[in-house]
Amino acid sequence: MDNKGVKISFMLACLVLGILIAMQFRATASYEEEYRSEPRTEELVTQLATALAERDALAQEVVRLREKLTTFETNDEAMGQLQSELITANMLNGLLPVQGPGIIITVNDNPNALHSGENPNDGLVHDYDLVEVVNELKASGAEAISINDERITPLTEIRCAGPTILVNWYKVVPPFKIRAIGDPEILNSGLGMRGGVLYKLQNSYGLEIQMEMQENIEIMAYSGTLKMEYSSPITTQETAE
Amino acid sequence: MVMLSIFCLLLGLFVGFQVPILLPAIYAQYVSIALLAALDTVFGGVRSMMEGVFDNTIFISGFIVNSLLAAGLAWLGDQVGVELYLAAVVVFGARLFQNLGMIRRYLLKKY
Repeated sequence: MDNKGVKISFMLACLVLGILIAMQFRATASYEEEYRSEPRTEELVTQLATALAERDALAQEVVRLREKLTTFETNDEAMGQLQSELITANMLNGLLPVQGPGIIITVNDNPNALHSGENPNDGLVHDYDLVEVVNELKASGAEAISINDERITPLTEIRCAGPTILVNWYKVVPPFKIRAIGDPEILNSGLGMRGGVLYKLQNSYGLEIQMEMQENIEIMAYSGTLKMEYSSPITTQETAE
Repeated sequence: MVMLSIFCLLLGLFVGFQVPILLPAIYAQYVSIALLAALDTVFGGVRSMMEGVFDNTIFISGFIVNSLLAAGLAWLGDQVGVELYLAAVVVFGARLFQNLGMIRRYLLKKY
């Protein structure tokens, strides 16, 4: 009787053990497969690096082709007129690299060590600081502006993205070199106004600011494409009615 | 007896491989600990049988309680951030080898 009970219990134990082993086997095998099919982090990192390199190469290509397009030789007078109009429009939209007299402003974070009780945010250059500077430059008649070689186009955003700032969806980091083409004197006096934008940044927040007027500044072109998806021109006939 | 046990083990393996449900990943690690405990208990049973001190109640209760306790402790360890399953792995692993060693010795003596 006892022997029979022993047998039964032992057989049951073996049965359960077998089931457990088999299930564990299958579970482990399936996870490993899943794990293997998941792309590794390193793989993703290299993919990102190649994608970034490709993007930069394509961006350069865009600039090169656009220059080619605008310098396309034509004999026709009408074409020539269109050509010069196109060049002006492209310069205004930031699609062509431009040069001229202007001003270079360098804005950097507060270099001094933080004292207790100070807000660390105050010593940093924020997106809205750059927006204010750009706005002031435009108000002072700047014709072309770039931040760290990112051209300000009519569609350019300047926004905060965690520790960095996005301009044209590219990350820019301090020190911010803001170039502007225009009358250097007017730009200088507009920005350097007492109580003005730079005054506030420098004296209230302790940001490091340098301004230099220059005879000739080169400003790069916007490397992306400007697209109009929703807008279409209103024809003159409609407006005439 | 031995053949029957092996047959049951194979039957269990067969059933386990045929069951359509798959263990979710969260439970798999606890089941693995329980599996270790069960394995240890079975080898302990074999050994005590060879020593002639096999007790059915101890065997069955050990099989169930050890498995549940090991899995439960591993779960508890995860909840409180202590890797208790390591303790279960070490203890049951060591005992497993001990039991296997004893079984080997009895077998050598026997034949």
